[in-house]
Amino acid sequence: MATKNLLQAIHDGLAEEMRADETVMVMGEDVGRAGGVFRVTAELQEEFGEARVFDTPLAESLIVGSAIGLSVNGMRPVAEIQFADFIPPAFDQIVNEAALFYYRSNGAYTVPITIRAPYGVVPGGALFHCQSIEAYFCNTPGLKVVAPTFPADAKGALKSAIRDPNPVLFLEHKKSYRLLKGEVPDEDYSVPLDRAKVHREGTDLTVISYGLMLNDVLQAADKISVEHGIETEVVEPISLYPLDKETILASAKKTGKPLVVSEANLEGSVSGEIAALIAEHAFEWLDGPVRRIGGPDSPAAPFAKPLTDAFVPSAAAVEAAMLDLARY
Amino acid sequence: MAIGETRAEHEVLGLGEEDLRKIYRFMLLARRTDERSWILNRQGKAAFVISCQGQEAAQVGAAYNLRPGHDYVYPYYRDHGIVMTLGMTARDELLALLGRKEDPNSGGRQMPGHFSSRELNIVTSSAPIGVQYPQAAGTALAFKMRGEDGVVLACGGEASTSSGDWHEAMNMAGIHDLPMVFLIENNVYAISIPENLQVAGSIAGRAGGYGFPGVAVDGNDVLAVYEAAREAVERARRGDGPTLIEARTYRMTAHSSDDDDRRYREREEIEAWRLKDPIARFEKYLLENDVLDESQRDELDEEVKAEVKEASAYAESAPFADPEEGFAGVYAEV
Repeated sequence: MATKNLLQAIHDGLAEEMRADETVMVMGEDVGRAGGVFRVTAELQEEFGEARVFDTPLAESLIVGSAIGLSVNGMRPVAEIQFADFIPPAFDQIVNEAALFYYRSNGAYTVPITIRAPYGVVPGGALFHCQSIEAYFCNTPGLKVVAPTFPADAKGALKSAIRDPNPVLFLEHKKSYRLLKGEVPDEDYSVPLDRAKVHREGTDLTVISYGLMLNDVLQAADKISVEHGIETEVVEPISLYPLDKETILASAKKTGKPLVVSEANLEGSVSGEIAALIAEHAFEWLDGPVRRIGGPDSPAAPFAKPLTDAFVPSAAAVEAAMLDLARY
Repeated sequence: MAIGETRAEHEVLGLGEEDLRKIYRFMLLARRTDERSWILNRQGKAAFVISCQGQEAAQVGAAYNLRPGHDYVYPYYRDHGIVMTLGMTARDELLALLGRKEDPNSGGRQMPGHFSSRELNIVTSSAPIGVQYPQAAGTALAFKMRGEDGVVLACGGEASTSSGDWHEAMNMAGIHDLPMVFLIENNVYAISIPENLQVAGSIAGRAGGYGFPGVAVDGNDVLAVYEAAREAVERARRGDGPTLIEARTYRMTAHSSDDDDRRYREREEIEAWRLKDPIARFEKYLLENDVLDESQRDELDEEVKAEVKEASAYAESAPFADPEEGFAGVYAEV
């Protein structure tokens, strides 16, 4: 095992899958010689050549559309959308095309593509490099939307996404790229896309969270355990669509006090779906209200530093909400 | 003369009489199947018809150059003539029209005209206009990456060239000399919007801006389309890059069975184009060149009609999928 950051883990996952399967390729803006604006695809072109590490024109619909067409003709493309904020031009190709090929052809055409997109608030990112776009896609049967947070999970989930016969939207929290580090197994492994991960067992409350805020949640869970003897169960969905309903409900029923945390704009969010799921199916086990923490319902995120900082709920706010719910 | 001369001589194109009879039969089969679809619609049996009438020459003339199951095709919803040339039957078409379980395109999940066949490399299509072009570019790129000689035919109407997807794919095809052929069937109307409100300049002329050849052909002359498509397909197969073909034709029916075209175009205009019907025109060529005589023509027409009639009876009695099947098969098994 070696310690890697999120960016290195994703890079390694790509490189390993490309070595193992010559139909795997990466494509997108600046992925080639430049190695991506975040350097996720650094040096891949030297190893695999210009065809398999393919610099596309600057056109998101083309990137996803041509990835679909490549996959129809024997390839397994990993298409990068440089920032998730730029994904709307590709929306049609994702939700009407990639997601529906299998269903609408009555099982004849699969679309084994992975669409990687960095999301989330980053300092200086402003309105068009900070968005959490997952909710737009989490109402689309035929599409899988995953957002693993930590390096080892991300690498393993990326491998599953690439090997999956269905289109997978793979979201990477960009502020986590160099911030989140962890032990990553050296050997080949994969992380299933359809199972939520229980990071920490607990009996007093459940927090369901993903993205960089999950890190705050885990730190707060340790802190309130030491300081207050409150034991938090922490569940990471990994797959945002479809959800692993079983794991989420099992934890909510176990502790009876669920809190959902992400930095996405709260109204209409994935957090809302998770909260609804629990309210609908675990009501009789609850000992408190279903609570949520999320970004405000204003655009993510204003540029000036104090404004950006105010957008994402703070670690202190997360800790306070956890304590409050535990004591309810 | 009411019916225009077919310009190209088949001998010059290397087409034998057997080829001509096949081409004519595909055109006729598409037309008769289409006509049957309207009857089934008027009888209240078919919910929706989207027609190929008037465009059979553009479709069959282009598709006759392809290797079914080897080359890829991204058809649009009027391309009955293309999919039938590649191997779809009247039965397949009418099963789709009536949304039956056995519909090979989608098992009754999609509207008619949303073609799909894995065996024939006809890539599943949808209703949003122009989305097929970037996909077709990707499929062509895969051929190029592997050094294979496959060709991708991407089709659409003139209005599809208004979409960003079309321009994005044209650009990509030009940058990478992709082995593809863009076939634009310019049938003058996008539902009610005429060409002059849809297209700036010339469609064929736009190819030059992307660095590859664009040709406009008489889309009602099947041999002219065949010739242009043959050149384009051969060029792509050789690895010399893409070609844009604008086949200038006319939509002889309303947009669909749900459209009333009397609101936006004159009957006289349609009648004038009826005189240029591509099937009548090719028939004249075949008769004049002694490829068919009148009794052979009548015999062939009867044969095609019988085939369509049988297909219709079969499709009408074929079962629907079970309702629960509509909720299954959303994801491929991992």
